[in-house]
Amino acid sequence: MPGDSSLTEGVEAVRSGREQFPSETVIWVGGLRMSYGDLEAVRGIDLEVRRGEVFAFLGPNGAGKTTTVEVLEGYLKRTGGEVSVLGVDPQHAGPDWRERVGVVLQESTAEPDLTVRECLSMYAGYYGSPRPVDKLIELVGLAEKAQARGGSLSGGQRRRLDVALALVGDPELVFLDEPTTGFDPSARRAAWEMIAGLQDLGKTIFLTTHYMEEAEYLADRIVVLAAGRIVSEGTPRNLGGRDSAPTEISFWLPPGIEPTNLPAGLAAAITNDHHRRIELRTQAPTQALGTLIDWARENHLELADIEVHRPTLEEI
Amino acid sequence: MSATTASAPPGARRSGGALVVSQARYDGLVFLRNRQGRFFTLALPVLFLILLCSIFGNGTVRVPGGTIKESTYYVPGLVALGVIQASFMNLVVSVTAQRESGVLKRRRSTPVPAWVLIASRALICVGAAVVNAVVLIVIGALFYGARVPGRTIPAVVVTIAIGAIAFCALGYALVTAIDSADSAQPVLQLVLLPLYFISGVFVPSTNIPHWLTDVADVFPVRHLQQALLKAFNPYTTGTGFAWRDLLIIAIWGAAGLVIAVRRFGWAPKGR
Repeated sequence: MPGDSSLTEGVEAVRSGREQFPSETVIWVGGLRMSYGDLEAVRGIDLEVRRGEVFAFLGPNGAGKTTTVEVLEGYLKRTGGEVSVLGVDPQHAGPDWRERVGVVLQESTAEPDLTVRECLSMYAGYYGSPRPVDKLIELVGLAEKAQARGGSLSGGQRRRLDVALALVGDPELVFLDEPTTGFDPSARRAAWEMIAGLQDLGKTIFLTTHYMEEAEYLADRIVVLAAGRIVSEGTPRNLGGRDSAPTEISFWLPPGIEPTNLPAGLAAAITNDHHRRIELRTQAPTQALGTLIDWARENHLELADIEVHRPTLEEI
Repeated sequence: MSATTASAPPGARRSGGALVVSQARYDGLVFLRNRQGRFFTLALPVLFLILLCSIFGNGTVRVPGGTIKESTYYVPGLVALGVIQASFMNLVVSVTAQRESGVLKRRRSTPVPAWVLIASRALICVGAAVVNAVVLIVIGALFYGARVPGRTIPAVVVTIAIGAIAFCALGYALVTAIDSADSAQPVLQLVLLPLYFISGVFVPSTNIPHWLTDVADVFPVRHLQQALLKAFNPYTTGTGFAWRDLLIIAIWGAAGLVIAVRRFGWAPKGR
């Protein structure tokens, strides 16, 4: 698998002093440690992010996500381990590296006395090949607020400006630290669409979040962090063995029918039958559903409120 | 932009000088739009001039070479106050606020070099100080008969510039010692007010006991006031440069610069 061999190559390359990675590897981390005095916030993390993917760092607050991201962004001096972002150690990164990387911090405030357009134009001037400011304003949905001062923006609008500021230099790699915190559901959905759109533009995205659905929706690969260590990795489909965990089917028992009347195979799979609500678990949901529905049809029965439930990340 | 191309070589970033000029435009806009900044930097010195000249205006002050009107004495002192308000007071409050709100941290993620941001800010400080000086000179001359410097104008301008830059450096140095912008402002005013008094800004130095002016001599405020007074003094011969005072101001500025370079952090302190 390309992943495994490039990781070993990467370790050798870094150890021998060459920092040559195949151009598919945008971020490489080996044994990252970060301590604040006695507190070990990050206790040995390895990861690799490939070009063009959306990589999600998932975990509760305090897990070490922001600390790790700030090391990758070049803000923090790490205590131990190797890090390479776009072929460069972020601790020694210069302006050429900054051109290629966009950052949305976990918390930031708008420049209060500049308008949205002025702020974006100012940042655009810092880069060699900036994107057109007006197009960006539209992309993040701030067209109506282009002339509004930073101090007058709502929380969600400020966040959108943050994203625009991170994109104005047309970076290859974008770090998004908890991008939709504080958003209402519709704003969150809109933000997800926009992030997915960034991937279509060929950008690589490193996302941290504590929202399961966000990682699920956006990410190509997810790494789960808890207490400074990686506890799980995979794709949204197979993370934590989701694809092998049983699916739950539930429905109301029709009047006059008892659980024992169900086809034998299904009856055996029942895990719960309180108050006539049947819940059963199966590794083969399609087959089980087929059997259930055939049986209901044969007996001219209606199964009210059938639900089919795949285990979510929360339940893993 | 195609999804499969490797990164194209970046277009050329602007030169440092061009960046400073364009950044100064934004810093200037921010300065002008900030109501507190406008008041403390531009309105306050004028307010003081009006008060002082109205209360004491008819007297005279003894200076090297002779006596001058009180108004002629007050204008240079308040120009000095304006320089300090713009370059020190305003800068400390706004840079601390920018640091604490994460603005500096975000700017650090862009390719813009730190020196550009600092140089641009210093430029605005000098500009604000000069504007303040012009306003004070005009009002002083029109309403209170204060003398306008003629031949010594270059000395006035250079002194303002050196003062502004030195106090800018001291401002950045002080920012490293402050945790939040809110507590900064009252503390600063508290510290500056007695300094202004003993440095002869509100009261002519000739009326202040020697031991107090000796204390004031340690600090750059009095030297700025003295340097500007010399340039405004009608009895001054020559170009009006107060070299010794300017040197002391510059030394203070250099000390501020050293402290700032060593200790300055873009990361918010209060968390």
